[in-house]
Amino acid sequence: MATVRAVAVRLAVLVGSLLVASFVVFAVCQALPGDVAQQILGEQATPEAVDALRQRLGLDRPFLVRYAAWVGGMLSGDFGSSYLTGVPVGDLIWPRVAVSAWLIGLALLLTPLVALPLGLVAAVWRRHWQGFVATAASQVGMAIPAFWTGLMLVSVFSIRLGWLPANGYVAFAADPAGWASHLVLPVASLTIVQAAMLTRYVRSAFVEVLTEDYFRTARAIGWRRIPGLLRHGLRNVALSVLTVLGLQLAATVVGAIVIESVFTLPGLGSLLLTAVGQRDLQVVQGTVMLLVVTVLVINALVDVSYQVLDPRVRTGDLR
Amino acid sequence: MGKLATGRLPGLMVAVAAALALVLTGCSPAASPTSAEKTLTVGATLEPPSLDPTTNSSASIPQLLLYNTYQTLVRLDNAGNLQPLLAQRWDISTDLLTYTFHLDPAAKFASGTAVTAEAAAKSIERIKDADTVSVWANQMEVVDSATAVDTHTLQVTLSRPSNNWLFNMASSAGIVIDPDGLSGLATQPAGSGPYVLDSWTRGDSITLKLNKSYWGTPPRYDKVVFRYFSDANAMNAAMLSGQLDIISNLQAPEAVSQFSDTSKYSVIRGTTNGEVVLGMNHDVAALSNLKVRQAIAAAIDKKALLETVWNGEGTLIGSMSVPTDPWYEDLTGVNPYDQAKAKKLLSEAGYASGLSLRLRVPATAYARKSAEFVASSLKQVGITVTIQELQFGVWYSDVFTKGDYDLTIVSHVEARDVFTFADPSYYWHYDNATFQKLVQQADEASSAQELPLMKQAVKLLATDVAADWLFALPNLVVTRAGITGVPQNATSLSFDVTTIASR
Repeated sequence: MATVRAVAVRLAVLVGSLLVASFVVFAVCQALPGDVAQQILGEQATPEAVDALRQRLGLDRPFLVRYAAWVGGMLSGDFGSSYLTGVPVGDLIWPRVAVSAWLIGLALLLTPLVALPLGLVAAVWRRHWQGFVATAASQVGMAIPAFWTGLMLVSVFSIRLGWLPANGYVAFAADPAGWASHLVLPVASLTIVQAAMLTRYVRSAFVEVLTEDYFRTARAIGWRRIPGLLRHGLRNVALSVLTVLGLQLAATVVGAIVIESVFTLPGLGSLLLTAVGQRDLQVVQGTVMLLVVTVLVINALVDVSYQVLDPRVRTGDLR
Repeated sequence: MGKLATGRLPGLMVAVAAALALVLTGCSPAASPTSAEKTLTVGATLEPPSLDPTTNSSASIPQLLLYNTYQTLVRLDNAGNLQPLLAQRWDISTDLLTYTFHLDPAAKFASGTAVTAEAAAKSIERIKDADTVSVWANQMEVVDSATAVDTHTLQVTLSRPSNNWLFNMASSAGIVIDPDGLSGLATQPAGSGPYVLDSWTRGDSITLKLNKSYWGTPPRYDKVVFRYFSDANAMNAAMLSGQLDIISNLQAPEAVSQFSDTSKYSVIRGTTNGEVVLGMNHDVAALSNLKVRQAIAAAIDKKALLETVWNGEGTLIGSMSVPTDPWYEDLTGVNPYDQAKAKKLLSEAGYASGLSLRLRVPATAYARKSAEFVASSLKQVGITVTIQELQFGVWYSDVFTKGDYDLTIVSHVEARDVFTFADPSYYWHYDNATFQKLVQQADEASSAQELPLMKQAVKLLATDVAADWLFALPNLVVTRAGITGVPQNATSLSFDVTTIASR
């Protein structure tokens, strides 16, 4: 019962945040200086032509009317049409969602796969060279920006060795091998930075477990260190890893925008960058809103999953 | 438990190895089609926002479509001269008001229908029509009427003589559109050129394919892919790793050294229509003073600037004209570099104690680097410059539209944009009746008289320091070795692929 109520409250908070977010996104977009009509018509255009185009695009309507029309449209699945091309925003966004979803999804999947073993090594052998190397590697990984990692990977694996394409994208359905080869470097660049960060958290979480009484007891009844940690420590570590991963989702989305531009992947990030530059506000709003919804929904899912993972949250018996 | 965990490891290793193998097999150049189909891959920077060159001003649209997909009655050649295209020849009446175009009877649209005088007239009318909200309406303002005399003869009557009108007919304003394809131009071109649209992967590339029913000499490549890169480094990397055949215009000239291996690459150096102008707002009191403008021009060593800012690639021009303009003259000697003279001019103008100016520039590589050079040069003669870097959209609304600036640096890429100085409402706010009269006379003169008048006008801009001209942007094309037929100069906005071949 308590669980159902907690989930309901969390859902209400989610809906509220979405409403506030939509207003903020819209208001910020309207406040951006620059005019799409002027942009379309260019420097040769007469002021009358610019006004005529603004009217045609519906930009002369009052702020709240445009906001209501936009939110209303989205509720029925209509994101409006691009000012520049007249193409429905949904048609522009959906083909790119796949690209970004692959990039972000694979990076988020690989991040714990890299960070968990690395963090475990860094914690267990923290007074030995293995642990030192693991810690140092994560420090370096955190210090390097993702775009720079990308550039270095390209210069080594594409230009010098010629193993992988430097950039671009091929759809999975068209050519699975080509798809994989185009994604290796972008996913690696994104994963390295995120995994480095997560490794730090995993390490301290394991170190904490190592000093706990229950772990000493486990060792006393004959569990060896690594199996013991995996059996009795992983669930505790999972909680903090999940929290950090939830927070890292937002960072990964932002990182993906940069990585998409470095590798010229036709994803949401590059769509957003181009649209901002062209002041194609319908596209900007739609894309940002989609990203915001994704992040908020996933954060809500993370919160709900605590209920499942941690009995203390379920019973309200938190220390 | 522990045993299980370690027992899984080999399985994981196998999965990783399999994935790696899959990846490595995918590495062999993916762009080698099975048949003998020839594909040319061109790297470019700006993706077209739409495919309609008449209702959107983006230079990326004619880059892709002009002469490749759309054709005009007359075209610009590599030297900047007008040549026949859809019109085999044209006559101009003695009063310079009536143009008679004789269309090539063989010409037909990709849809198969003939290119008629009626279609050409309709294309001109469409630009003029207010309902179209065309970008080029003002270029067709001088047209009184466009009528089809017979199927292949078009007669255009102007309200006043205009040489610029015929010149503009060679660009986006003059494309002849298939009357049956007018409804979907933003996504589906309807022209008569040797290529038609094959596919458009937004955010990535646009592919053109051969127009099977092309009426002229067919080009060499079956497909031409324009790949778009928002990041100049990424484009260079793609070229270096063999994913591209051509870089249509190198954005970072310092990168040219990466392509110095002549067994693999060739670098084509030409000119563009892009003048990098140090614009001065004539509405600002200090800048309305000729001596201050002369001082600014004399304070900047353009030769050193070009070396520092653009790796020495490009041309020093001295006025609003580029080497492919028929009236071009090297006017760099009009205001030579002389900082002592600059200081003297400033004190004569009453600014011996100094002067502060804002330099508001768009956030682009050439403007950012030039701005720093200009600011330090001006500082040496006693002008304090505050650089403000604006995002392009902001620059457009603040500087270009509202005229809120003292100095600015921007590249003016349109052909023959010297005429912008004749419009006092243009953001230079330059109002010189002598200049306005000269360019109007030149526009209305016979072609023999046009040249001396334009030379006079362009020189007047330099002596009056209507602005300062830093340099003309180079056309730096990098191709894979063995590719020939790439136009050297970018005289129009088109990246003409119709003559490109490979050995």
